[in-house]
Amino acid sequence: MSIDVERIRADFPILTRTVRDGKALVYLDSANTSQKPRQVIDAIEDYYARHNANIHRATHQLGEEATEAYEGARIKVANFIGAGSETEVVFTKNISEGINLVAYAMGNAATAGPEAERFRVGPGDEIVITEMEHHSNIVPWQLLAQRTGATLRWFRVTDDGRLDLSDIDELINERTKIVAVAHQSNVLGTINPVRLIADRAHAVGALVLADGAQAVPHMRVNVQELGVDFYGFTAHKLCGPTGIGVLWGRAELLETLPPFLGGGEMIETVAMEGSTFAPPPHKFEAGTMPIAEAAGLGAAIDYLNALGIDDIAAQQNELLAYALKSLTAVGGVRILGPTEAEDRGTAISFTLEGPDGREIHPHDVSQVLDAHGIAVRAGHHCARPLHRRFGVTASTRASLYFYNTTADVDALVEGLRETQKFFGSA
Amino acid sequence: MQLESMYQDIILDHYRNPHHKGLREPYDAEVHHVNPTCGDEVTLRVRLDGDEVADVSYDAMGCSISQASASVMTDLVIGRPVKDAMVTGDEFLKLMQSRGQVEPDEDILEDAVAFTGVSKYPARIKCALLAWMAWKDATAKAMEGSDA
Repeated sequence: MSIDVERIRADFPILTRTVRDGKALVYLDSANTSQKPRQVIDAIEDYYARHNANIHRATHQLGEEATEAYEGARIKVANFIGAGSETEVVFTKNISEGINLVAYAMGNAATAGPEAERFRVGPGDEIVITEMEHHSNIVPWQLLAQRTGATLRWFRVTDDGRLDLSDIDELINERTKIVAVAHQSNVLGTINPVRLIADRAHAVGALVLADGAQAVPHMRVNVQELGVDFYGFTAHKLCGPTGIGVLWGRAELLETLPPFLGGGEMIETVAMEGSTFAPPPHKFEAGTMPIAEAAGLGAAIDYLNALGIDDIAAQQNELLAYALKSLTAVGGVRILGPTEAEDRGTAISFTLEGPDGREIHPHDVSQVLDAHGIAVRAGHHCARPLHRRFGVTASTRASLYFYNTTADVDALVEGLRETQKFFGSA
Repeated sequence: MQLESMYQDIILDHYRNPHHKGLREPYDAEVHHVNPTCGDEVTLRVRLDGDEVADVSYDAMGCSISQASASVMTDLVIGRPVKDAMVTGDEFLKLMQSRGQVEPDEDILEDAVAFTGVSKYPARIKCALLAWMAWKDATAKAMEGSDA
């Protein structure tokens, strides 16, 4: 691998701090949120210290610089995900808002003009999701189905944590209006065959949205090659700040998709009798946007590009293989999802049994790990239906990023053995 | 170290050998409570005999703290006047919201003082309170039922 992890770790100030009475921090919760390199923190500070102004409306130099920081980030995002044009890149608060934008705009299509015909959803129409979705890619569609009388359907998940595609031709049919699917599962790590699903959806005239929150930080993503219509992700999982996300949409769709949030900056003209709207992406960006956060996202993309996204993917895959091997060697560990490092990301969710064969609850596991300075996530990771599918209410999740090392994995394994010891002794 | 301050022996004992566990008949009210952050769940039944807590039975899935808390709670409320048991419940709530800053009243809380360490961990307070909240809710329902 060509990534020098030790040198990279020096870019992340937080990785040098200690926690819980002097323990070195072992951060294995990057699928939750990634840590931030100095370059991103500096970009945000520099924005506020030198360029702060509102965008698109200030006619002074600071306003120009702020607009440049914001619109410059949009161009960086477009290049990063292979968009045809930066006008296809809409900034949102996070990916949940991006998905809600599409779901609510489709709901608004019922009362919009004929140009919005293809977004209309009503009784008899179907919305297709999957059982492995994050709640943010379930609930907005449940709400859309409730508002419109449409039916929500979903792909099942196989025992080894892959999408069950055996009924794809029945599930995605001429009644389907939109298919929404995770590019990569935040629990199982599974990378889904988005292209195959998109091709089927398009064959029956349905739209496709992919949730890229877990994919974009880890692999080269090209939205055009994926063949989707909408693609969302969030900055804070790829070394950027919280408070900003991205919704990419095909230009011709964003043109006719009705607005979601109304307000300043998203309009063309406003009269008391009614308003017309700005062209996309601005039509979907009401009010003052997260400008400093956009500058931070731009810096994060620069940082990832400098490391090389393919090199990141290669390093991650190698570390993932090591982690899967190490974890399966711990007696009592059951991994949810694929146990091979193929078509799989670096989120590893698992359950842990004590020596008595009784499951140790993930909250107890994470508490003991925390006492050793190891940060993981415990719970259902906003994917309760998926946990139900695997017959558990919760799991422990360790998730890796490029600043993690085999030593971090070793610390986790040691921590799990300590946990078993702690809860095992009667 | 810190771990032992949270996982007192009393807590681990109750976790390994929970008291009064399992759902029993008859009962006056049943409730189902969840902890939305972690998915822990408890189904809890209350039977009253006049103003007295005749039985509390429960089925729970969750961490050691929530399991042990349910077990300790049943010890503290079964066989006591509802009014007295509620005082204990309020005292426990106060302790859990204290962030470790309150000296617990052992006369009222008995074994439940073992949860003092848990109050220092904001993420775990709900675990300790899950069964207590379910019991309060079920008791209120049972009393409504007896008034009607």
